[in-house]
Amino acid sequence: MSSRDRILARVRRAVGERGPEPEIPRDYLRVHGVRTPAESTDLLAAHLAEYRAKVHRTDEDGLPPLLTRLLAERGCETVLVPPALPPHWLAAAAGPVRIHDRAASTPSELDRVDSVVTGCALAVAETGTIVLDGGPDQGRRRITLIPDHHICVVRVPDQVVDSVPQALERLDPVRPLTWISGPSATSDIELDRVEGVHGPRTLEVVLLGAQ
Amino acid sequence: MSGTYLGMPAFPEAAREAVRDGVLRANLRHATHTIRGKRALAVAELADWDRLRAAGRAVKDHTLRHLDRYLLQLEAAVTAAGGTVHWAADAEEANRIVTELVLATGERELVKVKSMATQEIGLNEALQAAGITAYETDLAELIVQLGHDRPSHILVPAIHRNRGEIRDIFRTEMGRWGRPAPEPLGDDPRELAEAARLHLREKFLRAEVAVSGANFMVAETGTMVVLESEGNGRMCLTLPETLISVVGVEKVVPTFRDLEIFLQTLPRSSTAERMNPYTTMWTGTTDGDGPSAFHLVLLDNGRTDTLADPVGRQALRCIRCSACLNVCPVYERAGGHAYGSVYPGPIGAILSPQLRGTADAIDASLPYASTLCGACYEVCPVAIDIPEVLLHLRERVAQGGPVTRDGIRVRIRPAHGHTAERAAMRAARLLLGHPGALRAGERLLARARRLRPRRLPGPGRAWTDSRELPAVPAESFRDWWAREREACR
Ligand code: SF4
Repeated sequence: MSSRDRILARVRRAVGERGPEPEIPRDYLRVHGVRTPAESTDLLAAHLAEYRAKVHRTDEDGLPPLLTRLLAERGCETVLVPPALPPHWLAAAAGPVRIHDRAASTPSELDRVDSVVTGCALAVAETGTIVLDGGPDQGRRRITLIPDHHICVVRVPDQVVDSVPQALERLDPVRPLTWISGPSATSDIELDRVEGVHGPRTLEVVLLGAQ
Repeated sequence: MSGTYLGMPAFPEAAREAVRDGVLRANLRHATHTIRGKRALAVAELADWDRLRAAGRAVKDHTLRHLDRYLLQLEAAVTAAGGTVHWAADAEEANRIVTELVLATGERELVKVKSMATQEIGLNEALQAAGITAYETDLAELIVQLGHDRPSHILVPAIHRNRGEIRDIFRTEMGRWGRPAPEPLGDDPRELAEAARLHLREKFLRAEVAVSGANFMVAETGTMVVLESEGNGRMCLTLPETLISVVGVEKVVPTFRDLEIFLQTLPRSSTAERMNPYTTMWTGTTDGDGPSAFHLVLLDNGRTDTLADPVGRQALRCIRCSACLNVCPVYERAGGHAYGSVYPGPIGAILSPQLRGTADAIDASLPYASTLCGACYEVCPVAIDIPEVLLHLRERVAQGGPVTRDGIRVRIRPAHGHTAERAAMRAARLLLGHPGALRAGERLLARARRLRPRRLPGPGRAWTDSRELPAVPAESFRDWWAREREACR
């Protein structure tokens, strides 16, 4: 007998007769609190900041100069761009060389890139989380992982949901999903929180919408 | 190795030992109390906590009752998404499957995401025997690995080490595994984390194979879920060409929607955060993004035996948040190593004896490693009634009764019929309540230790086929506990 059959047989023997099942109670809340779209965005900003992401707000016109400034402040010379990042976002950033997200790039090559700019699939206000799903404005998972500086643009209020249940219902499980709540962090040494071990040590979130 | 497993030096030098114990106790106390306070705040933020807890419990119970169906559904979904599913009845089989998969890639080293399932089966040691080096990449696991040590906490495995000790370990050991620690190296956590970053980045960037566990597997979609903080998980899960995940069969949940419960309760219960910094979800393979080969090894290793016990099976609901460790007064004083298992604390006290059987003196004594204060049940996000299971297991150990071992229904005799062990059990029961019995207990335990067989007879045999029977600790949990309490006076 294969191990598969053996394990399945053991399960069946272990659970025995299966009578009627009580329903799984789903009476927990879909969302914690009633908020206007503006309040949800404020909550997202507050929660992101609490876990030490840097939060900025701007509108369409303000975005290119803001991105230029954020990249320049870090002395960024190379910036990774996903295939469908709106071209005008970085149009004003004359300085940094654009590195395109390509399958052929090796991890070591990506390790030499200073920054990455992406969009996102959605953001969750109650937990201060942004979710990437590998969409064309986000690129492969590794480009937001290896560089030390990640700028993520969230369209508000369209891309903001309030809660985890609302987020899951909008996501496609078949796509690779990365949930990010603040920059990489560890509390492994005497429970002192230290930002940045392996993922980007600086996470900047730009909330893009009418101001 | 089995000596360090239990964390107790074989021949303790009394004075040095006392100092070490003092440090350990201070580290633990600070850590558990810090997490405890923060967790209560994080939980209080959700007005529906009790309902989330009840729903989490119900989802897990429902899944366990239909585990065969959900495992088959999971297998079909993972396969359809481009992954390969393997089934492992025990530790030996799981280790063999993983070793063969790694050897087939032609690689001789791999990176690992922190995973208790792979610790449980002794994967690193099995790989080592086949000439494969597994690098732990979680900061705490790295500290443990470099320190030739064993984890002592589910969530913060190096909780028993303070910053000075960690600096010393990095200084002396990092160079032997790869990039040496920068000189000079201070003991500031920031500096230490930076040293780990540099040391490990070298390994991530060239790794071709990774091994992970998973927090959840979704039957409906074949989606695997890993929660973490540092990004080492993301590194391992996305950069290598081949990804092998070893996951206990109890980690399956029916639907993608079910994650809405656990993604709310797990981070708040474990690190007291609204959400952990990184969660990775993947379904099979994705063209051009992430590993091109994905293998899922479904691990039984005593889980179906645990499922066969109607009272004890609730331990399989555990989502490994570690909240029960942080509130446990016994864990706080004894530390994780005293439990002689990768699963320490209250959950370890009910899980290990069920996964491994109670033939070994350590496992048989674990149900006694509790004051039954009930704090563990109060905090558990899936409402495992740990005291109830402890009492149930005590009865099994003391009076014998029906259990399932390797899928076969057997009757265990009281304390495995072993006179010395049985006496030790009696002593154990007395010790927590009657410190006066300490001396007698110590003598009995010393005898039990001498009688330790190298392999277990009867139903425990399969377990010892794949590993050395761990030594009865130089000092058992209850001696340690009692002595500590004595020392506190
Ligand atoms: S038993 Fe409950 S509290 Fe303890 S680790 Fe498991 S889920 Fe968490």
